[in-house]
Amino acid sequence: MLSRTAENLFWLARYVERAEYLARTIDATLRVTALPAAYVGKTNEWDSALLTAGVGASFYDHYEEANQQNVVEYLSFSSDNPSSIKNCIEAARLNSRSVRTALTSEMWDTINSAWIELQAVWGKGGTGSREDLAKFLRFVQETSLRFDGSAYRTMLRNDAYWFSRLGVHLERADNTARILDVKYHMLLPEEEHVGGPLDYYQWTSILRSVSATTAYHWVYRETLKPWLIADLLILNDTLPRSLASCYSNLVRNLDQIGVAYGRQGAAQRHARGIRNRLEHSHMDDIFQHGVHEFIQEFIADNSRLGEIVTKQYLI
Amino acid sequence: MAVAFDEMNGLGEDLRPAYQELSRWLKETPPDALEYRRQEAELLFRRIGITFAVYGDTEAQERLIPFDVIPRIMSANEWTLLEKGLKQRVLALNMFLKDIYHGRDILRANVIPEDLIFQNPVFRPEMNGQDVPHDIYVHIAGIDIIRTDPDNFIVLEDNARTPSGVSYMLENREIMMRLFPDLFARHRVAPVERYPDELLSALRSVAPHSASAEPTVALMTPGVYNSAYYEHSFLADKLGIELVEGRDLIVKNDEVFMRTTEGLKRVDVIYRRVDDDFLDPLTFRPDSALGVPGLMSAYAAGNITLANAVGTGIADDKAIYSYMPDIVKFYLSEEPILKNVQTWRCREAQDLSYVLDNLADLVVKEVHGSGGYGMLIGPAATKATIEAFRDKLKREPEGFIAQPTLALSTCPTCTDKGLAPRHVDLRPFVLTGSRQTTIVPGGLTRVALKEGSLVVNSSQGGGTKDTWILSE
Repeated sequence: MLSRTAENLFWLARYVERAEYLARTIDATLRVTALPAAYVGKTNEWDSALLTAGVGASFYDHYEEANQQNVVEYLSFSSDNPSSIKNCIEAARLNSRSVRTALTSEMWDTINSAWIELQAVWGKGGTGSREDLAKFLRFVQETSLRFDGSAYRTMLRNDAYWFSRLGVHLERADNTARILDVKYHMLLPEEEHVGGPLDYYQWTSILRSVSATTAYHWVYRETLKPWLIADLLILNDTLPRSLASCYSNLVRNLDQIGVAYGRQGAAQRHARGIRNRLEHSHMDDIFQHGVHEFIQEFIADNSRLGEIVTKQYLI
Repeated sequence: MAVAFDEMNGLGEDLRPAYQELSRWLKETPPDALEYRRQEAELLFRRIGITFAVYGDTEAQERLIPFDVIPRIMSANEWTLLEKGLKQRVLALNMFLKDIYHGRDILRANVIPEDLIFQNPVFRPEMNGQDVPHDIYVHIAGIDIIRTDPDNFIVLEDNARTPSGVSYMLENREIMMRLFPDLFARHRVAPVERYPDELLSALRSVAPHSASAEPTVALMTPGVYNSAYYEHSFLADKLGIELVEGRDLIVKNDEVFMRTTEGLKRVDVIYRRVDDDFLDPLTFRPDSALGVPGLMSAYAAGNITLANAVGTGIADDKAIYSYMPDIVKFYLSEEPILKNVQTWRCREAQDLSYVLDNLADLVVKEVHGSGGYGMLIGPAATKATIEAFRDKLKREPEGFIAQPTLALSTCPTCTDKGLAPRHVDLRPFVLTGSRQTTIVPGGLTRVALKEGSLVVNSSQGGGTKDTWILSE
């Protein structure tokens, strides 16, 4: 496969994944901010939404205040924000056009229809009403579901598929790690004693941004406990958005590429290294070491994998 | 202008045989059902993303070419004649190109004035004396044909560089079959879908001698912003070959390779949809980032086949066009089967004075223009435009040719006011490989959507139709 094709597939998958993640983040934030102040205290959830999206600094180049309207606009529709949902979908569509030959018609149809709908319905962000916003967020999540589903159901299991999966899991790992990093202070064991409604709803918002509220109860059969939430999102291989699960997938997809090409390289070794570390870690040790430090290292290692994959295959 | 010959109704109300079923069907089908299908077709085109870009048109960077759901139908006999004429013409084009870049017999025989070749900006001196695999220059030709009466098919233009539109021929058929299965059931329409297979085997057959037994073919595009990008990706997909851009290719030791996830892979044949000027910055425009440095030296070394060859523009030049009947006679010693439009060469004093005297009745074209730009359509032009053209002609007569305004045939077409005749042309695609020349039965019918308009180009708002060749 052309290196450029692989690169486009990889980024296409990342853009779609990122758009969905942003929609989830906004959705989870809306839920928290809709609660009475007595439950959520004075923290500005919109600031933390910006932080998890990794646009905390650039936002203030364009706005004075991180309120719902500004943040939603910046994360969803702004052309100034290179990774706004709108820009992600546009970039995904441009990438799709340049690799149409590597996409199945169902995947193309999903992206192209989403792009058409984006232009036609959401060009200026709808009416700005809460109902419209909810519709928009659902539209983004459904686009991503359709895209993933059509890839899963229609693509040949060859390098095109594996490179697009690499994009999905690398981006997903990054997103999960960012949520944890922004909220890590809430996950510290000593906060266990606080246990008030404030913590409860904020922890829920973490789970909600990765669609794992039900999963949590299935896995732990416990009330919400911060270290269990951390365990679920970092080490539990059965949760599709956990770091461990992302790395199982990354290692598997890289191995499949390695086998098909008859050659292993730095990308395979690096991914295996990260997965092994996740496999042999315990939450206790991570807390000992420092959650923040652990996540920071993970984010750096994860983005390093992106660079290695790029060097090995994409240029 | 007199009433034009109509593909369906002839010169009056005599329904032509090939259209009998269609006519019956149209009578049975309520107009709103037709309108509904038309809208459905448009939705399909948009969803599939069958678009083209109009340069400088920022409002609609990607536009749909309007699609008309009424097919244009031809009988088997008509097609047989056309096919013969097309093959003859493309054979002559290829012999002409080889001659021009080698022995130049035709110039020594004084059939064509030398300066028309050597002063021509599309002539490529780089190709002098260079052999191309199997002596084939024009692998893919799109010959624009118009019709003025039942027996007269006339070539309007020979597109011998990178003719486009074949994706529309294929997609139009797909969409018609989806929307009008009952109409197909009533006809025996010759299929066009084997075009990609024919194209691939033609391309593989012209691989250079240094290629392996299984030559690698790639399609080269200028990229997503090119107006015909949709077609490039569509064809690469149908052919099952890589769609490459210049940056995907690299030349090493006079061989061409593409950058793949598994390292470099040799390419043997490039179906290039990039113009000569942009192919290789070392040979042609140095400012172009679209091409591949060193491509031309790999070409000279005989390690890559370019389809179409470099320098074919000289054969589709409008100044050369007027000599095509002589070219056919010179190389094949046969009478041309397909006629030319009568053409006045403004470079010749006598022709020029005739043209200047009759501007209001003529179509004047730039010799190197395309896409319907820079044309004067005398009967439809204002006095001021005509005078402006008169000045241009006097200043640079060699830049123009003139032709009579022809009564292009019409075909029933959906309009706001129901079915009405609109002018059409036809672009069949002729494929030349090392073993044979093939033409899938049909081509792209373009239709001028404005009443009375003779301009069918998509960039000028023309539309397309499916073209049906009926089997015996």
